Amino acid sequence: MGSPLLDIEHLSVTFRTDRGEVRAVDDVSLHVNEGETLAVVGESGSGKSVTALSILGLIGDNGSITNGRILFDGADLTRLGKADLRAIRGDRIAMIFQEPMSSLNPVLTIGKQVAEPMWLHRDMTWDDAYQRAGELLARVSIPDAAQRLNDYPHHFSGGMRQRVMIAMALACEPQLIIADEPTTALDVTVQAQILSLLKNLTRELNSSLILITHDLGVVARYADRVAVMYGGRVIETTTARNLYANPRHPYTEGLIASVPSLDGNPGEPLMTIAGQPPDLANLPPGCAFAPRCRYAQERCLEAQPSLEAVSEGHLRACFGYDHV
Amino acid sequence: MQAFIIRRLLALIPTLIFTSIIVFASIRLIPGDVIDLMLSQNDIATGNDRARIEQALGFDQPIYIQYFKWLWSALQGDLGRSLWQNTPVTEQLAETLPITFELGLLALIVALTVAIPIGIYSAMRQDTAGDYIARSFSLLMLAIPSFWLGTLVMVFPSVWWRWAPPLEYTPFLEDPIKNLGHMIVPAILLGLSLSAVTMRMTRTMMLEVMRQDYIRTARAKGLGEILVVVRHALRNGLIPVVTLIGLQAPLLIGGAVILEQIFVVPGMGLLLLDAVFQRDYPVVTGVFLVVGVGILVINLLVDLTYGFLDPKVRQQ
Ligand SMILES: Nc1ncnc2c1ncn2[C@@H]1O[C@H](COP(=O)(O)OP(=O)(O)O)[C@@H](O)[C@H]1O
Ligand SMILES: [Mg+2]
Repeated sequence: MGSPLLDIEHLSVTFRTDRGEVRAVDDVSLHVNEGETLAVVGESGSGKSVTALSILGLIGDNGSITNGRILFDGADLTRLGKADLRAIRGDRIAMIFQEPMSSLNPVLTIGKQVAEPMWLHRDMTWDDAYQRAGELLARVSIPDAAQRLNDYPHHFSGGMRQRVMIAMALACEPQLIIADEPTTALDVTVQAQILSLLKNLTRELNSSLILITHDLGVVARYADRVAVMYGGRVIETTTARNLYANPRHPYTEGLIASVPSLDGNPGEPLMTIAGQPPDLANLPPGCAFAPRCRYAQERCLEAQPSLEAVSEGHLRACFGYDHV
Repeated sequence: MQAFIIRRLLALIPTLIFTSIIVFASIRLIPGDVIDLMLSQNDIATGNDRARIEQALGFDQPIYIQYFKWLWSALQGDLGRSLWQNTPVTEQLAETLPITFELGLLALIVALTVAIPIGIYSAMRQDTAGDYIARSFSLLMLAIPSFWLGTLVMVFPSVWWRWAPPLEYTPFLEDPIKNLGHMIVPAILLGLSLSAVTMRMTRTMMLEVMRQDYIRTARAKGLGEILVVVRHALRNGLIPVVTLIGLQAPLLIGGAVILEQIFVVPGMGLLLLDAVFQRDYPVVTGVFLVVGVGILVINLLVDLTYGFLDPKVRQQ
């Protein structure tokens, strides 16, 4: 296999806030191969969205990338000019957001919003783009798709809006789709439908997918590889299968133990990880997870472990701890 | 849509009747009535004369009878005659309303062309020097009353450059250029005073809208800043601004009355002022009725614009 489609190297992002500098993403390295689904897992506040938004250069005015590179098809996105980056957004990399209720513009018809990327990037006329938008809506299984082009977002349920977002993301057949917790805001019954749809469509296009989630259950079903984030850092990364079979970081182990399992005792209480996620404006000098880690030693409180290989393709950031 | 407009127009009727009662009664409540005024201009006046005039004008009847008589004729399109000039009030209104309407429209155009672009600019360049200048300017416009600005414009140019704004009214249809040359100065002054609040509102709303998730979505599609603002932000941001413009309608009309006085524009404001001083009840009532209808119509237009901008409102 050649070089990965997306290769994030040592990315750090800080925000200026009232409480001082917040390092939301700290020395994160990730890669996604062509046609592959990478899941990014972690509790809320662990830096997943910021990592994703950095790829598209959408972190906002108060944030800045202080270090690292984001190589996409060989080009460093952090160094691209505004116009070049815009040409990639929505065309070669598309993003689906967490909030289906607010991510669509309330005063524009669905047809306009889905057609827009094609009009912008594909030099299509509005009529052609509209026609294509109708086909896309049908492809994401919206009933009576062609008739619904003139409807507004408030006519759609949350699940249907997320289908619209998927149609919009697929419009230009991007090489990479980033889905930031696409089902977190939806009913449990709808979640699986949306994720299967997303997975099937990306597979048809042979696109890569970054699937951000805080639900390890999702990882097993939809992802090829996983990166686990904690306190703005990647603390473990391996194949999805191997993560369950062979977790090598205490945080991952805790996460897996807290997923409800089908063969567990129904009465048995779920394991949860005690303690609070770290305050990014005030990180401890050592391992960010150390205060909550039951294996923590003195060394963990003093120095930060770096991401190191424990086996081929399996990396973790933890000092010599081995509990197996 | 048509049903909506018709329903709204029907709903105006009770409001108008209520307004007319208030106006009818209040003008009669100001001290010093018209008969005193008329008598004071004659040298010999007796109690006899007073009774005669009262009877001739119908003022000897109870006020509610007077009101119903007025209402009955008003419904037939007759607003009575001026007590002094004896011309029909409707005729006076037909003469002056278009002039005031022109002034108001010009002022609104000035207000919007100043307020909306500067408001957007101010929001896009938040906390830069340009933003501060724009905001200070708007504060200044808010703080300075337009009659004061009007007076300054009348006085200083003539002292400094021996130039004064023209004060001679020419009907628009006769000579549009000359007409605009006269109307533009009061229209700019009125428009600037209206633009202050509109500009601040535009800025606030644009800042609010630019933080919304759908703006991030628009950027993620690859749209440039100008398209993001024009296609995605503006319409959302302008919805509350349109409401604000509706709320400013009375301010617009009030301002027009004053500026007409200063710049000798023979509109409804001037008519009203003279009528109030002369206690010309039918004229005052007529003007207020038209103003009331005007404000209600402006609000109807605002609602319609609202429906155009916001699909949620349209479909209700
Ligand atoms: N625009 C911002 N301004 C300031 N801080 C931010 C901003 N966006 C994110 N952060 C900080 O970055 C941290 C990580 O955020 P995020 O990536 O959204 O977490 P996740 O997606 O994993 O839940 C948050 O805890 C927050 O403190
Ligand atoms: Mg997030």
